[in-house]
Amino acid sequence: MSFYDVIKKYEDFNIKEYLENVSYEDVEKTINKENLNEFDFLNLISNTSLEYIEIIARKSQKLTKRYFGNTISLYAPLYISNYCTNKCTYCGFNKENKIKRKHLSYEEIEKEAKELAKTGIKHVLFLTGEAKELVSFEYIKNTLIILKKYFKSISIEIYPLKENEYRKLKNLGLDGVTIYQETYDLETYKKVHLEGQKKDYFYRLDTPERVARAGVRQIGIGALYGLSDIYKDAFFSALHAKYLMDKYIDCEISISLPRMKYSESKFKPYQKLDNKKFIQIMLAFRLYLKYIGINISTRESAEFRNNLIGLGATKYSAGSKTDVGGYTKENKSTPQFETDDKRDVNEICNAIKNRGYQPVFKDWELII
Amino acid sequence: MDKLILGEKEFNSRLFTGTGKFSDKSLIKPMLEMSKSEMITLALRRVDFDMPQENILNYIPKNVTLLPNTSGAKTAEEAVKIARIARTVGCGNFIKIEIINDMKYLFPDNEETIKATKILAKEGFIVLPYMMPDLIAAKRLEDAGAAAIMPLGSPIGSNKGLQTKYMIEILIENCKLPIIIDAGIGRPSHAAKAMEMGAAAVLVNSAIACSENPIKMGKAFSLAVQAGREAYLAKLAEEKKYAEASSPLTGFLFEE
Repeated sequence: MSFYDVIKKYEDFNIKEYLENVSYEDVEKTINKENLNEFDFLNLISNTSLEYIEIIARKSQKLTKRYFGNTISLYAPLYISNYCTNKCTYCGFNKENKIKRKHLSYEEIEKEAKELAKTGIKHVLFLTGEAKELVSFEYIKNTLIILKKYFKSISIEIYPLKENEYRKLKNLGLDGVTIYQETYDLETYKKVHLEGQKKDYFYRLDTPERVARAGVRQIGIGALYGLSDIYKDAFFSALHAKYLMDKYIDCEISISLPRMKYSESKFKPYQKLDNKKFIQIMLAFRLYLKYIGINISTRESAEFRNNLIGLGATKYSAGSKTDVGGYTKENKSTPQFETDDKRDVNEICNAIKNRGYQPVFKDWELII
Repeated sequence: MDKLILGEKEFNSRLFTGTGKFSDKSLIKPMLEMSKSEMITLALRRVDFDMPQENILNYIPKNVTLLPNTSGAKTAEEAVKIARIARTVGCGNFIKIEIINDMKYLFPDNEETIKATKILAKEGFIVLPYMMPDLIAAKRLEDAGAAAIMPLGSPIGSNKGLQTKYMIEILIENCKLPIIIDAGIGRPSHAAKAMEMGAAAVLVNSAIACSENPIKMGKAFSLAVQAGREAYLAKLAEEKKYAEASSPLTGFLFEE
């Protein structure tokens, strides 16, 4: 069974119509429940539930404290190559974009790692574009081996791999894989992914399962809000997370809700996810999925991120550079997207502390 | 209160605490003082040896015994590795085995826990295994050389109290080793109840760390644990379902 079988079940279900008919009574019932179903999730993201947002926020805070305590874990991204063979209409790395490309050599990766490690960051997420000849499995593997010297937990956000490739990386110490579906809507997916392996909706959709079967500990999923209908993408992201959490109970699942940012692609979002809706969706993830990790990246502004501490978020990126070579600032590339929160690691730590939370640098120890 | 002895070490307090989930690591020291706890658990995977201000070990007074745990381990092999690292870095001989393959309820894997206990006890560790309250598993842990048995009251962090009460009573009745209730204790009254039942100690983390005032809550738990222990030692008066009237209705049957 694939998650696509779950998506198909809702083929004739009209989310828009359902959301328009959510009553106050529906929302109240949902809030008073301990275990929510997928319709409760929709009730929480409806316009009707906006009137109850304070109560929902308090419930989310309570649940988050129960499972994660008064802490926020920190990580940082490390871009190692932005060459790409895909043609994705919304992405800064689109092969047709005339941007400054860079592919780090192993020495350069080591330099970047050293520079990033100086900030105190212990958990790193390394990213690449999809250019299999240049960004080969071998290159990924060797990057992992280099980064192990500087960080305690290493995750990847790269093109989808085969199950046995994930297993090989896991045995070398890979801790997590982030793989966003971008949009769960098949039609939109086809329209925005024009060339390259990423065109294959189904291969991408089943990637988290290959990761789980390979025994990798953490999996991050999500949709890119703005590509398609935000309600539909929020709904299927939540269902996808639930499906994975139920099927692979030994995996830690986390979810993100990245909003479309300005990039070299100059893509015009289909629909805007405003702050209120963003928070409604995040709170709904917490109430529906309880112990899920929620990542908030530096795509969001400093002020907005400060306000999210204590509402349900559990993981923050800090001091992020989204350009290749960004930490050493040597001959760096064009960034994948513009970050909004430009604060350094220290400033973010202080903001977390000011809210009465403990920033956590290290939550994992490689024991291989 | 009577002393608790584990691996030849004496403890004046039967309240064990934890280092996770605090809003600020500097709360740990005053919490320990107020709660009088003499044993504190810490996840080795979270100990940051590179940065002194992040290193949790620098926040724990020297008179408090460290109970490093193997959180993050999914197999006996991994737990054994973590335990050995913990000893090498100076965390002492105590080890709490925590092997979890269920990220939903964080239930312990008894089978792997027994395997790890066997190996580590042989290597001279004082092994405290976190387990699902199951009598057969508890007996195997005794045979494997555990120093105590740590069954869960309810899932970690759930604060739901002694949901496994009946199973724990069975362990207390049938095990030679001290039974320490770990996980799920959400209120001082839960801790008192566990102690009244005859638990040797309780381990409380979330309920203290996530309260509005962890220092005051530490004290509340300390008092509850003492009260429960004294009550256990004083042997509770028997519970009776019906009132015992001074002039029984059926008294005439026995009149001569």
